[in-house]
Amino acid sequence: MDSQTTYNYKVVRQFAVMTVVWGIVGMLVGVYIAAELVWPQLSFDLPWFHFGRLRPLHTNAVIFAFGGSALFATSYYVVQRTCQTRLFGGGLASFTFWGWQLIIVLAAISFPLGITSSKEYAELEWPIDILVAIVWVSYAVVFFGTIMKRKVKHIYVANWFYGAFILVIAVLHLVNNAEIPVSLTKSYSVYPGAIDAMVQWWYGHNAVGFFLTAGFLGMMYYFVPKQAGRPVYSYRLSVVHFWALISTYMWAGPHHLHYTALPVWTQSVGMVFSLILLAPSWGGMINGIMTLSGAWHKLRDDPILKFLIVSLSFYGMSTFEGPMMSIKTVNALSHYTDWTVGHVHSGALGWVAMVSIGSVYFLIPKLFGREQMYSVRLIDWHFWMATIGVVLYIVSMWISGVMQGLMWRAVNDDGTLTYSFVESLQAMYPFYFVRFLGGALFLTGMLVMAYNVIKTISGARPVDAPVPQTA
Amino acid sequence: MHIDLGTLSGITTTLALIAFLGVWAWAWSSKRKRSFDEAANLPFADDDIDQNSKGGHHD
Repeated sequence: MDSQTTYNYKVVRQFAVMTVVWGIVGMLVGVYIAAELVWPQLSFDLPWFHFGRLRPLHTNAVIFAFGGSALFATSYYVVQRTCQTRLFGGGLASFTFWGWQLIIVLAAISFPLGITSSKEYAELEWPIDILVAIVWVSYAVVFFGTIMKRKVKHIYVANWFYGAFILVIAVLHLVNNAEIPVSLTKSYSVYPGAIDAMVQWWYGHNAVGFFLTAGFLGMMYYFVPKQAGRPVYSYRLSVVHFWALISTYMWAGPHHLHYTALPVWTQSVGMVFSLILLAPSWGGMINGIMTLSGAWHKLRDDPILKFLIVSLSFYGMSTFEGPMMSIKTVNALSHYTDWTVGHVHSGALGWVAMVSIGSVYFLIPKLFGREQMYSVRLIDWHFWMATIGVVLYIVSMWISGVMQGLMWRAVNDDGTLTYSFVESLQAMYPFYFVRFLGGALFLTGMLVMAYNVIKTISGARPVDAPVPQTA
Repeated sequence: MHIDLGTLSGITTTLALIAFLGVWAWAWSSKRKRSFDEAANLPFADDDIDQNSKGGHHD
């Protein structure tokens, strides 16, 4: 059924299933490198298993493979449903799916081999960068093409967030990966020194702001109202939320470079904008959570809603923590410690992963013509595993991070350091083990999800819902 | 005319504030109420086409 009378659910199905697959792969690598920090012999003294090579594999897999697939799946679903028209460019949409999978496979091969441009979250080397750019432009054509042929008057707010995410990621990717190739597998950035650092963290923080925030807020603005069965709490607030968030995030990047060679005024600008960011972030969170007002009882027995609403709580927590950590004096303690790692995972596992998981649980039955998931009880199990896993992770990293920061800065009366680096490392061991447990629990939850998804779709007939013909 | 960094940041801050208040005023104007209500209901506009929809979302 490839006619214009049905929605294009095929590409949504493909990305939705791969979200689960890449989630497991990316988190497995994460748990493995967490285990390496507890039991270093797990690298087997082989370069391919070295933490330094597997860590970018983990970050890229969870952000771009897992998170990316979730964003592709949900944005393609939401844009069709809220524009009441079939996805623009069927072949091109398929191309974005296969192209994205190819990029992920190339990343999974090149990182363990040590092929890297060494820019955090932008480690892919130049030939893969070009492929990313081609796929991303195709994504933009499919998405905005669908918006242009919409059958309804308004562009729903979720699409504004998805649109901003697609547009900004294109710009970030092209600017930050401007590089001069010296061979097929090695290139050097065109920017010198401190400028390169600034461009990198302008990219890095906006990857957080637009890939890991704006895109997933698009998810929130569709799936929270749908699952709660009522429109978003305040559409007006969502409009202010959108413009305030996108215009503030753009300037917060320098907080990654406090006390470095970056000009001091640039650091201050980054800190001030990071503090301002608290307002739109919390405005959006409140808007999402308050959508449930008058229907709080639904939280009791709907585990999908639990995933969505608890993800917003973690979003609120990490967007409070982030601005606090961007304050220079706090940053002097927190930077380069495990606190940062904990902060990232409170956002990545608590917010990004949980809102994606909730959305995928919503989508899977609809895409495969089922009433609901195979087991609602297992979704509940998954919810508690994920929640306890995140809490173990971030609490252990808070303690470990603050302790590290305090030990590193402690000085004796004569000005010498109180602790050697190795002493701080030794103190971190128990917390590294707790972090490993938390991550493993979160991963186990994903395996429960995979089982539930397999049981839901096996024997099911893929369904392509008809496009309403009246509008 | 020579503009120093302090003046420039003053101008930028003022412009940003005006833009923010402008968006706020625009969003909260009573003229937009009806179209915002329409937009807010878009996720539910095509509810009936879900073959597996339980129809629970209709009021």
